[in-house]
Amino acid sequence: MTALGTSGTLHLKSLTKRYGAFTAVDNVDLQIQRGEFLTLLGPSGSGKTTILMMLAGFQDITSGDILLDGRSIVQTPAEKRNFGMVFQGYALFPHMSVRENIAYPLSVRKRPKAEIDARVGEMLELVRLTDFAHRLPNEMSGGQQQRVALARALCFAPPVLLLDEPLGALDKKLRVEVQAQLKDIHQRVGTTFVYVTHDQEEALSMSDRIVILQQGRIEQLGTPSDLYQRPRTAFAASFLGKSNFLHRDGATYALRPEKIDLSPAGKGSNANLVSGTVLSVTYFGSQLKYQIAVPGMEAVEVDVDAWRGGGTMAVGADVDLSWADAAAVRLDE
Amino acid sequence: MIAPARPALNPGWILVLPFLLLVGALFIGPIFNVLWISVTDPEPGLGNYTALFTSGSLVKILWTTLRVCVICTVISVILGYCIAYAMVHAAEAKRNKMLSLLLVSFWISVLVRTFSWLMLLGRNGVVNNGLEALGIISAPIGFMRNELGVLIGMVHYMVPYAVLPILASMQSIDGRVVQASRSLGATGAQTFWRVYLPLTRAGVVAAALLVFIINLGFYVIPAVLGGGKVLMVAEYISVQVLVTLQWGTAAMLAALILFGVLALLFLMSRFMKLGTVFGGAKA
Repeated sequence: MTALGTSGTLHLKSLTKRYGAFTAVDNVDLQIQRGEFLTLLGPSGSGKTTILMMLAGFQDITSGDILLDGRSIVQTPAEKRNFGMVFQGYALFPHMSVRENIAYPLSVRKRPKAEIDARVGEMLELVRLTDFAHRLPNEMSGGQQQRVALARALCFAPPVLLLDEPLGALDKKLRVEVQAQLKDIHQRVGTTFVYVTHDQEEALSMSDRIVILQQGRIEQLGTPSDLYQRPRTAFAASFLGKSNFLHRDGATYALRPEKIDLSPAGKGSNANLVSGTVLSVTYFGSQLKYQIAVPGMEAVEVDVDAWRGGGTMAVGADVDLSWADAAAVRLDE
Repeated sequence: MIAPARPALNPGWILVLPFLLLVGALFIGPIFNVLWISVTDPEPGLGNYTALFTSGSLVKILWTTLRVCVICTVISVILGYCIAYAMVHAAEAKRNKMLSLLLVSFWISVLVRTFSWLMLLGRNGVVNNGLEALGIISAPIGFMRNELGVLIGMVHYMVPYAVLPILASMQSIDGRVVQASRSLGATGAQTFWRVYLPLTRAGVVAAALLVFIINLGFYVIPAVLGGGKVLMVAEYISVQVLVTLQWGTAAMLAALILFGVLALLFLMSRFMKLGTVFGGAKA
């Protein structure tokens, strides 16, 4: 992680937001490191956007505090916080050209024209839109508009960039492409990114750390592989990737579909072994996804790499399921 | 109207025909009649039009009309903008109340309003009597029977017309654009002048056009509240038609207003699509 300057450490202390009787954000404590790419991940209504709006200064907080480099910013109005923000739907100024959009944060700060021109040029290069400087936003594709929004938000070198589901409007293929660009830009500018999404793939592929939120509380916090390999709750295990749940000795275990070995009945070889029959099989190119009926359990999902061969198990075939001890993760109650 | 590939007349035209005839006979016809009179009465030629350059009273009337209309338009649009802004930012229940109040004032007859103003602001009106009784003034303030009176009455009448197109253009603004401006470091004032106002420009232009064009033809308000001292085109035309019987001059002035309005619309269409102006919102 490379950090520019000294700013960009955020500390959320017991942050709470209530609307009447409804608690949207419930006592959230979070430290965000300088230069970090932190994702707030959760379903709609989990409070992730509310947290972002409180950081941006568009929502009052009910109680708690937000510290930037140790100083409280809750009394600071949005325009004085100097946080860049990329909105869902981009929120570009439709009456301004790409260049004017990107120059806006500098021109409202009354910077000299030469400085603005130089900086806007750099930004256009960063997002590779130099040839589009004179276009209006509605003359560009969604992906290009998204890059304009990013350049505009980064133009004044903010210590923190807030992103509210910025890829939501893009189609799937473009989204994957833009994820890579976003990650690359993050590494080059070294700004702290706080990213809100409900898309687990986005969260896994870009973040340094992920916060899983549910009903206004932090469900679990950690690096992508931490969360994927060692989910602590059933919600975390099923929201980030897929999981089968086993109930053993009064505890619940999460077991990822790809960590289960599937073999014809009688050929299984592991301490953890159950028998079942194939309910369905679906071909996905790289993987075969099986649904297996196991007596006394919900249907178990098993993913098998298609290239391993060994043939497809037919629907109705008897099979053995087995897994290593470490594959089943014990969940908190 | 007939496409070359389809020589037969579309039977749909038969359905529209009665209305076309009606519009032609009762609207287009009279307009041409007015144009015709303006170049034939009292004698053929452009005499009525050249009078514009020679008659001081005609120029004075046109100048008064133009001045009153421009001032009224500016004030109405500014007031309308403020009201629309307040409505857009009010809670929904409150906004509906404000809208119904606006429409009530919209629907009250212009005659009723005009005489109400006389009773309120006339020499023996409620306001002057009240102020005199309180000893604040010794002689009544001349609100009425002058240009101020005409302006008060006209602005009051025109404000709802100004509010509606501006309201529509404000409602079409994406609130996130305003938030984006704030998050990028712009103050409230900067956000207003550089983002909000430009995005409502179509509504402002539509409101100004609407108000100005309606203003040009105002008759009752200048006649009553101006007390004969503020002579505007519509009243003068009526005098020419009914009293002095100079139909040629009246027709010339009517034609002048017609061409003025058309020229205005043409000028505006050069700068922006009229469809977006009168649709209120940009796609």
